[in-house]
Amino acid sequence: MSRLKILALLPLAVALSGCNYIVLAPAGDIAAQQRDLVIISTVLMLLIVVPVMALTVLFAWRYRQSNSSARYEPDWDHSTKLELVIWSAPLLIIVCLGALTWMGTHLLDPYRTLGRIHADRAIDQSKAPLEVDVVALDWKWLFIYPDYGIATVNDLAAPVDRPINFRITASSVMNSFYIPALAGQIYAMPGMETKLHAVVNHAGTYKGFSANYSGAGFSGMHFSFQGLDDKGFDAWVAQAKSAGGSLGRTEYLQLEKPSENEPVRRWGTVDSDLYRLILNMCVETGKMCQSEMMAIDAKGGNGHEGLNNTLPLSYDKYARRGSAFGPEPSFIAGTCTPDAPQGQTTAAIKAPLDPAPLVGAGLKRPTFAPLKSSSFFLGQRPKSDS
Amino acid sequence: MSPDLLKFIFGRLGFDSLPIHELILVGTFAVVALGGVTLLAGLTYFRLWGYLWREWFTTVDHKRIGIMYMILGIVMLLRGFADALMMRAQQAMAFGGSEGFLPAHHYDQVFTAHGVIMIFFVAMPLVTGLMNFVVPLQIGARDVSFPFLNNFSFWMTVGGAVLVMLSLFIGEFARTGWLAYPPLSNIGYSPDVGVDYYIWGLQVAGVGTTLSGINLICTIVKLRCPGMTMMRMPVFTWTSLCTNILIVASFPVLTVVLALLSLDRYVGTNFFTNDFGGSPMMYVNLIWIWGHPEVYILVLPAFGIFSEVTSTFSGKRLFGYTSMVYATVVITILSYLVWLHHFFTMGSGASVNSFFGITTMIISIPTGAKMFNWLFTMYRGRIRYELPMMWTIAFMLTFVLGGMTGVLLAVPPADFVLHNSLFLIAHFHNVIIGGVVFGAFAGINYWFPKAFGFRLDPFWGKCSFWFWVTGFYMAFMPLYVLGLMGVTRRLRVFDDPSLQIWFVIAAIGAGLVFLGILSMLMQFAVSFLKREQLKDVTGDPWDARTLEWATSSPPPDYNFAFTPVVHDNDAWWDMKKRGYQRPLTGFKPIHMPSSTGTGIILAGFATAMGFGLVWYMWWLAALSFIAMLAVGIGHTFNYHRDFDIPADDVIRTEDARTKLLAGAK
Amino acid sequence: MTVAVNPSQTGEPVFYLADEHPHPEGYSTSLGFWIYLMSDCLIFAMLFAAFGVLGANYAAGPAPKDLFDLDLVAVNTSMLLLSSITYGFAMLTMQQNKIAQTQMWLLITGLFGAAFIGIELTEFAHMIHEGATPQRSAFLSAFFTLVGTHGLHVSCGLIWLMTLMVQVWRFGLIEANRRRLMCLSMFWHFLDVVWIGVFTFVYLLGVLR
Repeated sequence: MSRLKILALLPLAVALSGCNYIVLAPAGDIAAQQRDLVIISTVLMLLIVVPVMALTVLFAWRYRQSNSSARYEPDWDHSTKLELVIWSAPLLIIVCLGALTWMGTHLLDPYRTLGRIHADRAIDQSKAPLEVDVVALDWKWLFIYPDYGIATVNDLAAPVDRPINFRITASSVMNSFYIPALAGQIYAMPGMETKLHAVVNHAGTYKGFSANYSGAGFSGMHFSFQGLDDKGFDAWVAQAKSAGGSLGRTEYLQLEKPSENEPVRRWGTVDSDLYRLILNMCVETGKMCQSEMMAIDAKGGNGHEGLNNTLPLSYDKYARRGSAFGPEPSFIAGTCTPDAPQGQTTAAIKAPLDPAPLVGAGLKRPTFAPLKSSSFFLGQRPKSDS
Repeated sequence: MSPDLLKFIFGRLGFDSLPIHELILVGTFAVVALGGVTLLAGLTYFRLWGYLWREWFTTVDHKRIGIMYMILGIVMLLRGFADALMMRAQQAMAFGGSEGFLPAHHYDQVFTAHGVIMIFFVAMPLVTGLMNFVVPLQIGARDVSFPFLNNFSFWMTVGGAVLVMLSLFIGEFARTGWLAYPPLSNIGYSPDVGVDYYIWGLQVAGVGTTLSGINLICTIVKLRCPGMTMMRMPVFTWTSLCTNILIVASFPVLTVVLALLSLDRYVGTNFFTNDFGGSPMMYVNLIWIWGHPEVYILVLPAFGIFSEVTSTFSGKRLFGYTSMVYATVVITILSYLVWLHHFFTMGSGASVNSFFGITTMIISIPTGAKMFNWLFTMYRGRIRYELPMMWTIAFMLTFVLGGMTGVLLAVPPADFVLHNSLFLIAHFHNVIIGGVVFGAFAGINYWFPKAFGFRLDPFWGKCSFWFWVTGFYMAFMPLYVLGLMGVTRRLRVFDDPSLQIWFVIAAIGAGLVFLGILSMLMQFAVSFLKREQLKDVTGDPWDARTLEWATSSPPPDYNFAFTPVVHDNDAWWDMKKRGYQRPLTGFKPIHMPSSTGTGIILAGFATAMGFGLVWYMWWLAALSFIAMLAVGIGHTFNYHRDFDIPADDVIRTEDARTKLLAGAK
Repeated sequence: MTVAVNPSQTGEPVFYLADEHPHPEGYSTSLGFWIYLMSDCLIFAMLFAAFGVLGANYAAGPAPKDLFDLDLVAVNTSMLLLSSITYGFAMLTMQQNKIAQTQMWLLITGLFGAAFIGIELTEFAHMIHEGATPQRSAFLSAFFTLVGTHGLHVSCGLIWLMTLMVQVWRFGLIEANRRRLMCLSMFWHFLDVVWIGVFTFVYLLGVLR
């Protein structure tokens, strides 16, 4: 009998050994710190959860009806001391957890530049961070390396121990950019930019994917992320360079069309302005960029002239159907503006570069500047003003 | 006929809208059609239509409406659970290059429908049904404040459910996930009828829910019997009050956000579009301003049920009644301050994220206090392990786990790695099944004898209990594990073969839950057959404490022959203890509301209007709207909505009970 | 809860009311209607919030100052405010049981309300004719929806008002009709208050922006 039991457990053991608890054993410092928070908070809560569960079982057993030796006090329903304990015990835990949350959230704010590379290594200021622009397309990922002038689909690589600055947007619907081994996820949203700062500490190939359902091809929307040593990374870049081809506006508009389970693709050169155009949703020529639109809006709109600057939309990712009662889909025609160079689009939060407190401290005192109501509720960051 | 005319009559509806190429759906349709025809034929054969119409469909009796809500919830549970089984099977199969058995087009509808149905048409009707049935009895009232509105609310909920069910066979359901985030749900990316079914199904049901919320608040505030001060109300009534306040203060938000989405889809406005200044993030914020209170709408009544059950079956006063009440109120208020924790990953600043993270954690303090209150109610009690109490113990052990993972997810950096993962799925099923569903089952087993006059069969009840509990753990513990492996939700196919074993275990767990559901249906059937054996004539089979047990089972139409007067929290316990004698004489005529068919007719037109709007059959929508207006206004010309139950009838009913009680002794 | 719950003269606790009177008809109506109004208020709150978020997203189109005709809106506002006053008169005459005068004041209220709707529709038609449609920008979507929802409420109020006038004419100022007039009065004044918000936040602050 017991042998049978062991046999029954066998698949479980196999499963356990074959598992890769990537969230609990990540390869990047940010994900490792997030893992630490997961574990510390769990332990903190177990302090109260375990006694509660034990007491439940104990009371349920001890005060069963058949146990006539247990005390029975049908009218006992109040005890100020107990009440004090049952309110203050969870309160204490939450106070600790709250402090931890406040600290952790600020230290691990994805918008914050890195303050360290690893728990025991300070940041190497001689190495410039790797810039990667990420675009979630239907249903694949486009990565643009502005410093190297290359672009790839569904293939991401970074040198080990070099900070990576991701700037993330999407072309059509909301996705979430997530590499569990590297760092926590953040949404990729059309017309908006989110940021992520991370670093990979161990060489290897890891999985990345969209963590927010985005339509039919969602299941196939994953990519591999390689942590490479410097040499390996150079080789990887060279491989992309040698792939030749150029990713410009026309090629992007082709690429952007929905497709599923895309293989890896590489381009040796890339339009240096492409990411800005994607972010501002004006890759199509003649379409007004969001940045320009927002600048006009900030000055009070375009007046009555603005009533006639829409043009019918001839192309969209789908054969786009208009609404039943609305007019045909249209877009806002751009006024003639020179293509602005790509610049810093979102303000980053700088972590102090003091290597001493490597545990991750170095938070500035929280500033209580009044938030703009819209940015508070929408979590929106100041957007492109380039 | 000319194509223009066809288009005018049928809008977007055509033969290609019928999913005849999807075998699963054709099979389902065949089964449903066969079952439906059999049912209708049976009703006709046994001449039950008149009875159903007079006694049930048009009734304004809160007890019958409550029972109908429960039936709706259980029927929809079968549909929602079928979706769950399909998802579990698909995910257990789709490995190693296999596509599973569901194409994306179908699978994406399945998980959307599962979420929508389970929340709106299973959990909500179960909770509303219990509140409807129990609250007026617990406060010693004859009915709710607005009995007609109650009937109307119920049929609107049914109307919403009908629309969602129709989408199974005519057209399709949304492929967006249960909250239909734009831009994906907007016309550009979901041009089909799915999202429209979603919108109108929820709008029609939402009207019903809001009105029912208003109704129950008024009932609790205005119709309590003499002596029942606020701080003497049973805890279930308290949690119902808070839940209904939450309903009234949150469902209008859902109404607005869905209305704006439908404007985007029908008129081409730019609320949630990417372009033209629209903001999809506003949708996410607004829908969660409704969505988070919704969670507490579901779980608060469950907390109330557990409070009643614990104190009844421990044979003891509820420990810390006052702190229980305050904890409920605090949860009610705090539930509005936490919505952003559903999207920490949208890129809000660290201060905003940690604010919402910490407010979320604060909710766990009153919840924890409640947990301790139940614990200390059991302490020094005499616990009888009847089914409701078993569900309660299972709840206490399960919910603590779910609460813990919930607080973990409230830590924003932890959420960054676990958000949208199967860990999250495991978490909310842990609290919703462990809290709401177990609560509903405890409530059903507890109040069933009150509703029907006989107990539920304990054997099949225990089967159901054990299948559900083990099935739940088997189905969702693997999902926690998978979440820690970084597996995200709503995936249809997988390439990592090492994950498969976990999905297989989860699928087996789902199978066990399925056995649990079957056992429950079996329990109903067996109990009905053995109803003479399980009969309860006392009206108080559990030696319970609150007022609903003071009257007969099932209670007469008028609930109480004389309005009770209350002196204690545990009113019925107090009456029993102090030697209350049931009055045998002096009965008077009782003023009661009369039945009306207006509710079901109005809801029928509302459903037809929804259907017309989904398919762009404008004539149908317009005609139904005008008909609704006409019927509604016509109804206001009826000034005679009440009648008196003659004293003779009351005497007859009460004498019959006297005989039964005498026989029982 | 005014019933005495103390032990009766004999010292025995009283567990039921031997002699009770049912709650009068409409006992919960005013509370229920208040709660309904609050839920409706929440609908407007959400629309105001949407306007607050989107109100400056002109999408390179026209801004409030290009579109709004404050004089017209002022006239419109006065229509609604006057209708509230006349509804007040209707309620006063109702208290005095004067059916004919009540009906007259209700009619005047209805006419003011209809004028309000008429002016609003003219304004909308003018804007749409110019090209400032709800589809042009998020600001215009939010504007038309917020103001339009208010207009829709006033229109519903008008239908209700007409229904009530027929009912008062048919059945007189019976208790049920008085209660209904009271509810409509609350509804009407509520819409007035909302309009003040619309006028201030949408029109005045919009033009100032």
